[in-house]
Amino acid sequence: MLEVNNLHVHLDTPAGLVKAVDGVSFRLESGQTIGIVGESGSGKSVLAHSLTKLNPEPPATYPKGEILFEGENILKMDKKRLRNLRGKEIAMIFQDPMSSLNPVFKIGRQLMEAIQTHQKLSKKEARQKAIELLIDVGIPDPERRMQDYPHQFSGGMRQRVLIAIALAARPKLLIADEPTTALDVTIQAQIIELLKSIQKKYGTAIIMITHDLGVVANLADRILVMYAGKIVESGSTADIFYDTAMPYTWSLLRSIPRLDAAGSERLLHIEGHPPNLIHPPKGCNFHPRCPFARDACLQTDPPLAERGTNHSAACILSKPEFDKEKQAVAEWKGVLLS
Amino acid sequence: MLNYTIRRLLSVIPVMLVVSIIVFLLVHLTPGNPAFIILGEDASPEAIAKLEEQLGLNEPLYIQFFDWIKQVITGDLGTSVYSAQPVTELIFGNFGPTISLMVLSLLFILVISIPLAILIVSLRKTILDPLFTNASLLGVSIPEFWLAILLVLGFGVTFPIFPVAGYMPLAEGFGPWIYHLLLPAFVLALVEIGIIARMLRDSMLDSVNQDYTKTARAKGVRERDVLMKHVFANALIPTTTVLGATVAGLLGGTVIIETLFTIPGIGQLLIDSIHRRDYPVIQGVVLFIAAIYVLVNLIVDLLYAFLDPRIRYD
Ligand SMILES: Nc1ncnc2c1ncn2[C@@H]1O[C@H](COP(=O)(O)OP(=O)(O)O)[C@@H](O)[C@H]1O
Ligand code: SF4
Ligand SMILES: [Mg+2]
Repeated sequence: MLEVNNLHVHLDTPAGLVKAVDGVSFRLESGQTIGIVGESGSGKSVLAHSLTKLNPEPPATYPKGEILFEGENILKMDKKRLRNLRGKEIAMIFQDPMSSLNPVFKIGRQLMEAIQTHQKLSKKEARQKAIELLIDVGIPDPERRMQDYPHQFSGGMRQRVLIAIALAARPKLLIADEPTTALDVTIQAQIIELLKSIQKKYGTAIIMITHDLGVVANLADRILVMYAGKIVESGSTADIFYDTAMPYTWSLLRSIPRLDAAGSERLLHIEGHPPNLIHPPKGCNFHPRCPFARDACLQTDPPLAERGTNHSAACILSKPEFDKEKQAVAEWKGVLLS
Repeated sequence: MLNYTIRRLLSVIPVMLVVSIIVFLLVHLTPGNPAFIILGEDASPEAIAKLEEQLGLNEPLYIQFFDWIKQVITGDLGTSVYSAQPVTELIFGNFGPTISLMVLSLLFILVISIPLAILIVSLRKTILDPLFTNASLLGVSIPEFWLAILLVLGFGVTFPIFPVAGYMPLAEGFGPWIYHLLLPAFVLALVEIGIIARMLRDSMLDSVNQDYTKTARAKGVRERDVLMKHVFANALIPTTTVLGATVAGLLGGTVIIETLFTIPGIGQLLIDSIHRRDYPVIQGVVLFIAAIYVLVNLIVDLLYAFLDPRIRYD
């Protein structure tokens, strides 16, 4: 359904040219859910916005690549076709539910706008449809809530409203850009449940973007790991979690908050900072932070290469080499703990 | 909203009290004996004493103030020492031209600055953008009074399309009324058009890449509607806050414009009364102008709450 080929997105900023998306390729079949994971600043949002050409231009430009949606290149669509695509075929929800609704319009109006943009319905019919959508996303007392303004809703409820808006025209693909990052943990889980149930009910394909691998663990069929504008590992969710083939993914996995034996939460951060996307490091982008880096990593930028069926990683270490490194770390830990 | 309105209405009382104290002190602490000034240097001491008695100037200041405020509350602003007419009558006699001038100016401001701002914002990504950025710079650096003089010279003198003086009440017909007002109202509006258009443009540019416009675009809403509905509705809120200052500017501006175009309004009444040292009239007019100002700000605040649900529902 969606095929992204060698996509480059540049941002022309006063500080220099930011290569926010640097040669990304992936495919998505209808009804599938893929997770795109990476630290903040890795280019996830710019990539997500590219998929409906929503990045403000300027600063964004699309110097290379294509985004094929059902065979049609989105980057080449005219304004009218693009408007028809947005919301109707590909819908999007964003990170911050607090600022993503217009503060001066009632919820009902914003929902009905989404409905009436793509469907010729009378006001009454649109209103009825809006109420159904609010019921669908689990907003109690929808008829009365239609009259309320965004500031009268909690963060979680606003994100539900935004999901209702996204679903208004029954899109084939829903892109969710960190939809739970701004919410607290219990609400996060509810929103993820909601997305899952939508997926089941309507067969909507979902691209779930997050910096937290835990969020996509039991939601996504496939996961793309993004670092510095590139995809550095892609594979089935099981591959990514249990057969990691790339040091960055491995570090990300270790940074998922989890309860240890003593019951306290611990969070490991990856040392150092994501690279500057104006002057990225030579060789492998991850080498300044990679615990397994060697001299060769400074010279060559390894391309994505097969590690198994539908599993690829960008690292000079082959699968056996990396497995050996992981083994060594595990043994070291054992020594330290004993 | 009702609660807010009542609260806001009640807050007018202390403001007006302070304003009246200031107006009173301003007139009464001005150096010079009013009776002396009114009657002239050659007046006999008896005549001055008589007038002082008549004006209550022998009483202590606070007694004079309470006497005056008591009258004001009952709607009596005193009597002109020049024409012996009640001050309220003078004010209402001169109010027509002033309100006509202000309303027409305000109309000019809204009708010109709103489309101008929208136009500039909608052209922001085209090759015309630098033109407006530079034009608005030019607009800032041309003093408006200079432009006003140019307009009067151009359309009143060189090409005498509009009269440069006088006023026709609306009762004489809409045509003559508007014909006499067009030029002065436009000149009066000129300064504020620039301010409001710039304010609205800046607020719209602030709003144009906010997250909620992204949501609207992601819905498939056309760019024109994103601008005219989502962006505009939000940009109006900060712009409304300067509207109070705009009306204040117009109020001050009318004094000058009325004198310039010899329009018999409140401003001219004030200037004449100052020349005549007719201090009950000065006091009354200044208080009246202050009251209008407070009233306008009240309306602006209510409008602000009306436009911004976050305030309305507090
Ligand atoms: N509007 C913009 N102007 C300039 N730089 C931007 C803009 N948006 C994003 N960037 C830069 O592009 C890179 C990728 O950003 P983003 O896609 O938001 O990352 P993520 O969503 O993964 O946190 C970052 O380096 C960020 O600083
Ligand atoms: S190429 Fe080298 S630096 Fe990059 S991830 Fe692999 S081992 Fe680390
Ligand atoms: Mg992001």
